[in-house]
Amino acid sequence: MEDGSRRVAELDTGFFVRWLTETASAVDREADRLTELDSAIGDADHGSNLRRGFTAVTAALTDKPPPSPGAALGLAGRTLVSKVGGASGPLYGTLLRRTGRELGDAATVSREELARAMSTGVEAVAALGGAAEGDKTMLDALLPAVRALPESFTAARRAAAEGAVGTVPMRARRGRASYLGERSIGHEDPGAASSLLLVAALERSWEAADE
Amino acid sequence: MKMLINAPERVVEDALRGMAAAHPELVVDVENRVVIRRDAPVAGKVSLVSGGGSGHEPLHAGFVGRGMLDGACPGEVFTSPVPDQALRAAAATDSGSGVLFVVKNYTGDVLNFDMAMELAEDEGVRAARVLVEDDVAVTDSLFTAGRRGTGGTLFVEKLAGAAAEEGAPLETVEALARRVAGACRSYGVALSPCSTPAKGGPTFDLPAGELELGIGIHGEPGRERRAMMTSAEIAEVTVDALLEDLGDSATEHPFLALVNGMGSTPLLELYGFNAEVRRVLAARGVVVARTLVGNYVTSLDMAGCSVTLCEVDEELLRLWDAPVSTAALRWGC
Repeated sequence: MEDGSRRVAELDTGFFVRWLTETASAVDREADRLTELDSAIGDADHGSNLRRGFTAVTAALTDKPPPSPGAALGLAGRTLVSKVGGASGPLYGTLLRRTGRELGDAATVSREELARAMSTGVEAVAALGGAAEGDKTMLDALLPAVRALPESFTAARRAAAEGAVGTVPMRARRGRASYLGERSIGHEDPGAASSLLLVAALERSWEAADE
Repeated sequence: MKMLINAPERVVEDALRGMAAAHPELVVDVENRVVIRRDAPVAGKVSLVSGGGSGHEPLHAGFVGRGMLDGACPGEVFTSPVPDQALRAAAATDSGSGVLFVVKNYTGDVLNFDMAMELAEDEGVRAARVLVEDDVAVTDSLFTAGRRGTGGTLFVEKLAGAAAEEGAPLETVEALARRVAGACRSYGVALSPCSTPAKGGPTFDLPAGELELGIGIHGEPGRERRAMMTSAEIAEVTVDALLEDLGDSATEHPFLALVNGMGSTPLLELYGFNAEVRRVLAARGVVVARTLVGNYVTSLDMAGCSVTLCEVDEELLRLWDAPVSTAALRWGC
């Protein structure tokens, strides 16, 4: 179904907890594929690292149910920073923490507000990693997704999917794949692939709210 | 791929339990993944703390002890530690004289140690950082994450560790560590890929009869693949890559040389390779003052080798010869 056009998107804490647990399930399902992508141009641990992190996120959300959307993202971000390590821990941790901070204490937020907050979060990731669109990183999925998010969750997921596939012909300029030079061409970036899982989980969480 | 493990997710924890059992002179916090020397904090001494992904043993925990590191924090296999670990190692070893973090230049290590630095300063620990970026195979620094930290890490940790042991203040130890990091050049070659426990098999394909030049220490493929060469030919390629980067300064000072195994190349082959490396260096007019041969900065079970050259003066040579007592390096005491 197409989302958003038929009703105003008011996203509550339940939506955000569902988003994070949906992401955790997707990461768990796709961990081997992420690791496989990472072994082509990286160091073959992206799936197992994110699985460890998001498993801890799910546990933390159950342990300490967050009072607001912003608190849910803050808790998830802090958990990723303290459990994942590598580059993906600080990068995904920063994305969620900064997005959460932008949302403040609001009990519900609109999709447009989420898009603005996520945009700030993605900019923080770009600053931390020193990367830009086209460098064959997670940003190549996240930036198009955030631009499409005001339209609908489905549009965001499609944009992220196109962005992830779009990393295949790119030459990596940041992260461990950059050491390969020309030989990084022809492989999908594992960070863009995991970012698509995060964005796709947004759409699923929204559909679940409808049921 | 058969591995001597219980389960992939327990590899680091099991190794730390074993390290604790073998080395009573170390305090091993298995749960929090921190290894410190038992006499830490040492009064009046700057603390040296390093860490990084596991899979490079004996780096870093094997270098904890008198004359080298005060603390180490191992991450998951090939994954940098989290900020909490580095903070814990710093706080447990700081005598009040400050902490120097030795960080290999990888995006994850830099991000996590930067966060640890901020947390340490929040807790009143004076902290500084030195970045090791010695891998000359990464030529295009503008279009990559920069040169990787590899074998040069051992020289930074040994020489700065010796200076700290002598009581040098933080600013001096930091400046010395930076000078050593700038004086190191490394180049590595893989004869086989490595197998990570998480993947359970090789991280890339390397056909029989070929070798990979310019590899890092994370099982990532290198920059160029060629038909297999002899030890003498590999030494030529390796030394030339190092000397090209060093330029004219290569014949002005003596060097420390590390001929390092990547994990599954026998010492018999490494010593043979060292003979070839020394022959090529001599032919190019380069003087080697001290040599270390062995598996020190490894990449799990990868076959292959790397060579690190570290340009030294009399002061650095004296610090190299200074006593060291760790699980993996021990002399003079």
